[in-house]
Amino acid sequence: MKAGLPARFNSGLSWVLLVFLVAPALVAIPVSLTPKRFLSFPTNELSLQYYIKLFSSPEWMSSFWQSAVIAIASTLLATAIGTLCAIGLWRVSSKAGEVVRAILLLPLVIPPIIAAMAFYRLFVPLGLIDSYAGLILAHTVLSAPLVLITVSASLAGFDPRLEQASRNLGASNWTTIRRVIVPGIKPGILAGAVFAFISSWDEIVVTLFLSKFSVYTLPRRMWNGIRENTDPTVAAAAVVLMAVTLVAFTVWALAARRNRTTK
Amino acid sequence: MSALPRHVLNTGWILVLPFLVLVVALFLGPIVNILWLSVSEPTPGLGNYAKLFTSDSLGRIIGTTVRICVISTAISVALGYSIAYAMVHAADASRNKMLGLLLMSFWISVLVRTFSWLMLLGRNGVVNNGLEALGIISQPISFMRNELGVLIGMVHYMVPYAVLPILASMQSIDGRVVQASRSLGATGAQTFWRVYLPLTRAGIVAASLLVFIINLGFYVVPAVLGGGKVLMVAEYISVQVLVTLQWGTAAMLAALMLFGVLALLFLMSRFMKLSTVFGGGKA
Repeated sequence: MKAGLPARFNSGLSWVLLVFLVAPALVAIPVSLTPKRFLSFPTNELSLQYYIKLFSSPEWMSSFWQSAVIAIASTLLATAIGTLCAIGLWRVSSKAGEVVRAILLLPLVIPPIIAAMAFYRLFVPLGLIDSYAGLILAHTVLSAPLVLITVSASLAGFDPRLEQASRNLGASNWTTIRRVIVPGIKPGILAGAVFAFISSWDEIVVTLFLSKFSVYTLPRRMWNGIRENTDPTVAAAAVVLMAVTLVAFTVWALAARRNRTTK
Repeated sequence: MSALPRHVLNTGWILVLPFLVLVVALFLGPIVNILWLSVSEPTPGLGNYAKLFTSDSLGRIIGTTVRICVISTAISVALGYSIAYAMVHAADASRNKMLGLLLMSFWISVLVRTFSWLMLLGRNGVVNNGLEALGIISQPISFMRNELGVLIGMVHYMVPYAVLPILASMQSIDGRVVQASRSLGATGAQTFWRVYLPLTRAGIVAASLLVFIINLGFYVVPAVLGGGKVLMVAEYISVQVLVTLQWGTAAMLAALMLFGVLALLFLMSRFMKLSTVFGGGKA
């Protein structure tokens, strides 16, 4: 059936909308290259001075590494517990299991501001405010549901008879998980890990509540820069933040494509 | 269930345990504590909730939040519907490109986007300068520190969330229904309004509820683009907790927001399996 005029108009409109969804974020790139002393667009020449400033500033660099450490640690934790949990719920596959799954997905849908309050109130007496441990735990709770979702999706296409075969051939429970199930659901695990990483790397609302002086992540420092709205270094930081997200996203997209073509 | 060997059942639950313990201890428990605070701080009783009826400012903040959420949801879902429709009817190659753009925007940091809007929408921003250069406006439109700016930022963030549930419901439509309608003499427009649109109702409702829920707790965009002039509940909560240390009021607002979100989620689960919504989003 040939598309009618309204459908073709709508398709054009949708392309415009989709570009509109991505393009504004790219504005940070020209702003970061401005030669001027304030937040502005470059007019005649471009300058890398704010990247030099960013990479030579001890504050920005420490934030960068802190974000990286927190994102990597929480990704490892979230991927481990999220994957195990998905396998567990897949094995259980009962009504009770589905109720538990719904509960475990709550951190995704409960507004982050409420999570921030809850973590803050819990962490003050525990001395976890402004600590790596506090932020890593909080980010793990918030990102493990993403792993649960992606791994569960992979498990839906995994043949349970493979597990039975492995057990019948004498493999232990743990060996079966490690050598049979995990290799079979690798795409889901990788996707979950990438999404967990990005969600921790970008996280700001909970971080605003939990970080004070000694732990100051990249989004946290950017938040200050955005509020002050003067120093163009924040634009360079935004570009770096986005670039890391984009690299993670590309890793996932390439892996997803490879899996699609090999299957 | 009894057909399964006992140990398999047990090992299943053991694997669930680490995550479950973490969520209960670090997330659900503390949230229950917040609910408790709402009726115990500073004095036991429903005093915090009574403020809803006596304080003008609280009423205004909640009113602003709901109004902005409704408008933003309506616009996001309308735009999302248009994108989803185009995606379903596009050839495979361009559909993949569209999905790529959609997911990319889904994952670009909200902070980066908000910063960009700041640069675009300011008095001397790109949009104002551009419109002035084109002679469309004679003096700058003020986008920032008002609801217009907040709405632009929120809609921009929410559109991908609106697309995914609608896309899922459109993909489940049997194409022959549309052909049947056309062959029985209905025009394209009639087929769309009377056949296609009603079939995607579940997706529209699910998308609206999802977008509304996320909007309700939105913090970053209103705080930055609202510039203190558009006060919404999430920002007010953070001020109460971090600046004025009024935990009672903050906890009460958080409790209201939480019950609102849970009620909407329940409603949503009646229209669409929640796993299709979230599964479609991130997988």
